[in-house]
Amino acid sequence: MASISTGKGLRTARPISARVTLNQRIGRALQHGDIPYKGIIVLAALSVIGLMVGVGVMLWIASSVTRNSDGLGFITATEWNPVSDLFGAMPFIAGTISTSILALVIAIPLGLGVAIFLAELCPPRIRAPLGFLVELLAAIPSVVYGAWGIFVFIPTVVKPVGEFLLNTFGDKSHGIFIPLFEGPFFGASYLAAGLILAVMIVPTITAISRDVLLAVPKAQREGAYGLGSTQWETIWQVVLPYALSGILGAVILGLGRALGETMAVTMVIGNVAQLSTSILSPGYTMASVIANEWGESRTPAYSSALIEIGLMLFFMSLLLNLLARLLVWSVSRRNPDQRV
Amino acid sequence: MTTMMAQSPRERMRARRIQVSQARENTRRIVNAVMLGLTGVATLLALIPLVWILIEVFARGSQAMTLDFLTQTFKPTSMGGGGIWHAIVGTVILIGLASLMAVPIGILAAFYVVQHPNTAIGLMVRFGTDVLSGLPSIVVGLFVYTLLVAGRSYSAISGAVALAIMMTPIVLRTTEEMLKLVPRSMREASLGLGASEWKTSFSIMLPAAITGVITGLMLAIARVSGETAPLLFTAQGSNVFSTALDRPIASLPLTLFKYAVDPDVTRNAQAWAIAMIIVLTVLILNISARLIANRRSK
Repeated sequence: MASISTGKGLRTARPISARVTLNQRIGRALQHGDIPYKGIIVLAALSVIGLMVGVGVMLWIASSVTRNSDGLGFITATEWNPVSDLFGAMPFIAGTISTSILALVIAIPLGLGVAIFLAELCPPRIRAPLGFLVELLAAIPSVVYGAWGIFVFIPTVVKPVGEFLLNTFGDKSHGIFIPLFEGPFFGASYLAAGLILAVMIVPTITAISRDVLLAVPKAQREGAYGLGSTQWETIWQVVLPYALSGILGAVILGLGRALGETMAVTMVIGNVAQLSTSILSPGYTMASVIANEWGESRTPAYSSALIEIGLMLFFMSLLLNLLARLLVWSVSRRNPDQRV
Repeated sequence: MTTMMAQSPRERMRARRIQVSQARENTRRIVNAVMLGLTGVATLLALIPLVWILIEVFARGSQAMTLDFLTQTFKPTSMGGGGIWHAIVGTVILIGLASLMAVPIGILAAFYVVQHPNTAIGLMVRFGTDVLSGLPSIVVGLFVYTLLVAGRSYSAISGAVALAIMMTPIVLRTTEEMLKLVPRSMREASLGLGASEWKTSFSIMLPAAITGVITGLMLAIARVSGETAPLLFTAQGSNVFSTALDRPIASLPLTLFKYAVDPDVTRNAQAWAIAMIIVLTVLILNISARLIANRRSK
């Protein structure tokens, strides 16, 4: 029975398939647009990857002049004098690191404090609006921070604070002398840049830490309360250790933002290429030297040196991103076991 | 005192222990209150800059804000300083072009990531999105310079490409989040009825996720409408009214930067007015994106 019916089916099927029009054949070959569709979305996906790789490759090629002539010496050399073709990136690397550290020292306790307040203490009804307000700080453009820094923040906050530090610790002749606060001090300084960066990265640290804290299982807190802990002890000894790697991820992302911040820093740091032990002296960061000196770079070596600084910034942010990813990955891997 | 004297050594030890533990309890209470109070102080401290910046921007910005300032183009300060119409038009062109590039790529790549989450390309795209959104904006500017400007001239189109690179990850991520929320069964039902993949994606999935795409675009525009660093080496800025895509073009953030570091007080006042326009745009976009997202989640 079965073999007969399939035989008949085949015989009748042949003439029908012969009547397929060209249009249908094209449609079938392309699976009614599925193949072009798949091609297009793969292309879009690849373009995102291509951009990431392309940034590294293009900056690598465009910085060949100084990479070939100076090699690794470019990073360690401390002299930056474009007129006599001396390109050492150390003053800028030091400036980026010192302003970022200064920003983190202020922003970590502040941001974490806000995150704890939002996640643990504040009534749920005002949690969302308060969080939104803090996040608005991240939405204000860098260049607006810069203008505010020049005209408002430096004269009213940085100058008095800096002068106090200078008078108390910066004078070799009397009192305690700390080289960190040596003069001269004009306002525009590492201190100004570090303080503005702190304001700018608080929202990053707060937003991610708050989400991490809210994700800590309730049972952890209940356990600590049940043992007689105060609320602070619960937060400090149970909730924060549990959320530590997530908070570290938040700090790394904040650091990434501080390293690459350009306009606000350029406008308040003073733009002087020098190595200094004092946070009160004017300086440069890697990002701000690119922004500020690009217009003057007439020779190939000069442009190449600035692009190489950009290349280093690219690698730094790539590294930080990998690190943050690994942390998130380790948390998401660990959590399912702990919930059981 | 007399009762204390009458206590046996053992009772005295016990009383002492209670005293110590009470003292310890008091310190614990005090530490608790102080630290919890400090988190509240931290919150207030963190909000001070926001309020302060907004007050300064609006108070100082409104002084130079006139109709002439908005509708005239550049003039030297000796002739009154002129306005910023050229920069407004420039910014609109730059952001419009950038959106035209970032939205299709972001949406299509989001489709790919949602449909192939665990393939090698899918994971690479996610990582690429993270890297691109964390990339210092000045590095994006340098990249586009080496790609499109070196050997040619500064141009509006290269500025738009730089902004598009910053917008794409935002559009991609918000679209991806929203596409993930579309029930699997909707996609399966459409495919099961014989609809093709692209028909399913654009007639079923995209309409279901459209609010996500719109809020993503709004946030992306908010992000780049104040970006200055990527435009320095691409659009470069200009003092003349121009709509040509192959020539340098003015923009609001670049003009704000130039006017803020200008020694002339008239220019400084104008810088604040520009800051007010940018901050207002950013606030409106952020708040309405938040409202749309909230209305959806209810």
